[in-house]
Amino acid sequence: MAEIDRDKLLDIYTRTMKVNRTDEKFRELLMQGKVAVMYYCVRGQELVSAAAMAALEPQDYVVCTYRGQGEQTAKGIPMEKWWGECLGKATGTCKGKGGTMHITDPDTGIMVTTGVVGSGIPIANGLAMASQNNGDGRVTLVSFGDGAANIGGFHEAMNMAQLYKLPVVFLCQNNRYGEHTAYADHTDSPTIAERAAGYGMKGVRVDGNDVNAVYPAVKEAVDRARAGEGPTLVEAMCYRMMGHFFGSDFSYMPPEHIEEMKKEDPLPKLRKVMLERQFTEEELDKIVADIDAEIDAAVQHALDAPLPDTDEIYKDVLEEVN
Amino acid sequence: MAEITMTQALNLAIDEAMAEDDGVFCLGEDVSAKQGGGVFKVTAGLTEKYGEHRVRATPISETAIVGAAVGAALAGQRPIAEIMLMNFVGVCMDQIVNHAAKLRFMSGGQTPCPIVIRTTTGVGVGFGGQHSDMLEAWFAHVAGIHVVTPSNAADARGLMRSAIDANDPVIFIENILCYGLKAEDPGKGYRVPLGKAAVAKEGSDISLITYGRTVLDALEVAGELEKEGISVEVIDLRTIAPYDEETVLASVNKTGRALTLHEAVRPFGTGAEIAANIQEKCWDKLKGPVRRIGGTFSAVPFASHLEQAWIPTKEEIVGQIKASVGKD
Repeated sequence: MAEIDRDKLLDIYTRTMKVNRTDEKFRELLMQGKVAVMYYCVRGQELVSAAAMAALEPQDYVVCTYRGQGEQTAKGIPMEKWWGECLGKATGTCKGKGGTMHITDPDTGIMVTTGVVGSGIPIANGLAMASQNNGDGRVTLVSFGDGAANIGGFHEAMNMAQLYKLPVVFLCQNNRYGEHTAYADHTDSPTIAERAAGYGMKGVRVDGNDVNAVYPAVKEAVDRARAGEGPTLVEAMCYRMMGHFFGSDFSYMPPEHIEEMKKEDPLPKLRKVMLERQFTEEELDKIVADIDAEIDAAVQHALDAPLPDTDEIYKDVLEEVN
Repeated sequence: MAEITMTQALNLAIDEAMAEDDGVFCLGEDVSAKQGGGVFKVTAGLTEKYGEHRVRATPISETAIVGAAVGAALAGQRPIAEIMLMNFVGVCMDQIVNHAAKLRFMSGGQTPCPIVIRTTTGVGVGFGGQHSDMLEAWFAHVAGIHVVTPSNAADARGLMRSAIDANDPVIFIENILCYGLKAEDPGKGYRVPLGKAAVAKEGSDISLITYGRTVLDALEVAGELEKEGISVEVIDLRTIAPYDEETVLASVNKTGRALTLHEAVRPFGTGAEIAANIQEKCWDKLKGPVRRIGGTFSAVPFASHLEQAWIPTKEEIVGQIKASVGKD
């Protein structure tokens, strides 16, 4: 596999840190009691979503889950709009009517964020079907967790996507937990990727903590989809370093395993790769400082923003009745 | 003008819409030419005209069918998904209720979901418990969906065009026993607006509010009672949700009496909602309690005499009307 070029590497680094710093900021605000909303932490999974988004073109579609902060910010939702939505403000992507679990921003290609495990997978097929029907050349990527690979819709959608050779990439972020249940307690097949074979589909499993593994795999899947060669199931192995949602008990996660997985933390690994590729500490730190400043401004904007009008509960229900 | 059946009416409406807009396409089990154009032939002949991408025969995968329709709609297309029988909607309720119905609202209006979900059902064809239910109340209870059912071929043509035009999800219920009904073809481009009821027969003594196949029973009963001096106004809702409250209330305010009638089981049915609304808004005009008739509260039985006994009978309709007007 060819080495990732420097510009792309820098792009992935920037997106990864944007995801990470957003996550850190969210947890800080929650701990300080400045906001009180549901938040599904992405610590440990930053690289997978950032590398996947870097493999897409701006016009490509993305479907993600309630743990979708990584895809959303890495794909490029303007931060003020993103924070506005998470804080339930009128300035949010969805006027405060979606919230953290239902972020939609078609301008960025984030078409659906679903709060129902696995439900985005069949919807991604439809976006891809539309692209196939009208020949717009777009690829749809749907991100989901290992738990989602056990709902019926996953299997129906895999079969249908392969049948029609839809331009879709199924990205399973195997973070080792389906809500509070460990992988081994919800699935007996050794990998999710091998399930692809059951549908006649190409399936690959990669180290989601290694930029040199995850980016090329997703890129190849995106290229295949765009070339009309059909879907790919990419299973990126990663680790959800915290509980299912912020503040939830995670005593079911063995401490020794957490310690072991910390050694696989994608962030120091990525930094090491960057330094090996002759990026300097100063350059990398500057990127993070700039991101932090952007996030701080966006958070302040969202905190200061107005709440949606109460009338909004009657709007956007049905167009014809409004 | 020639007469057409309801099957032909639906086919013509879909064909027209597909010809006018490349974004309109059909998907569902057995819908394409290879399988004969749908089990009830509604999509017959469309594959030949528009190709297999626009008439997609799918695997038996209701969740994947509706999910794909939702996704395609978000991308700006207008899918018409067929769920072969209404009982199977249980398999894909998540996609309908959590996604199709809510994506416009939850996105703050950014992603409307213009899909039509065609489905068939009906009591009286011997299909038994898992192929016969009328489940419109399930959908009427969810904000963000239109629920439509025609009682005649002309309306079928017009309602289907409007359903495809609509920028929101529409559940389009086709009663199997109505497929063969004939009407004069209203012609190309004919539309019946969603949310607008028809006064199928004017009357002055009681308003009989119904939809779908039971409209036929209602009209027959109304005709018979006319001879006995009881004047029944028959309202065909056509759109069950959101329904045409204005027409219903105006009728009840005129007649002072109301009876709701549907094939779906009576408890928690749409008739209960309509009856409650009438009690609240027409109380000073009502001459008696609003009455309800619905199917028996059991699974639809197989044996034909049991199945016939399950359906609201014309005798029951007559009895309720006479009791209401004080002539029983």
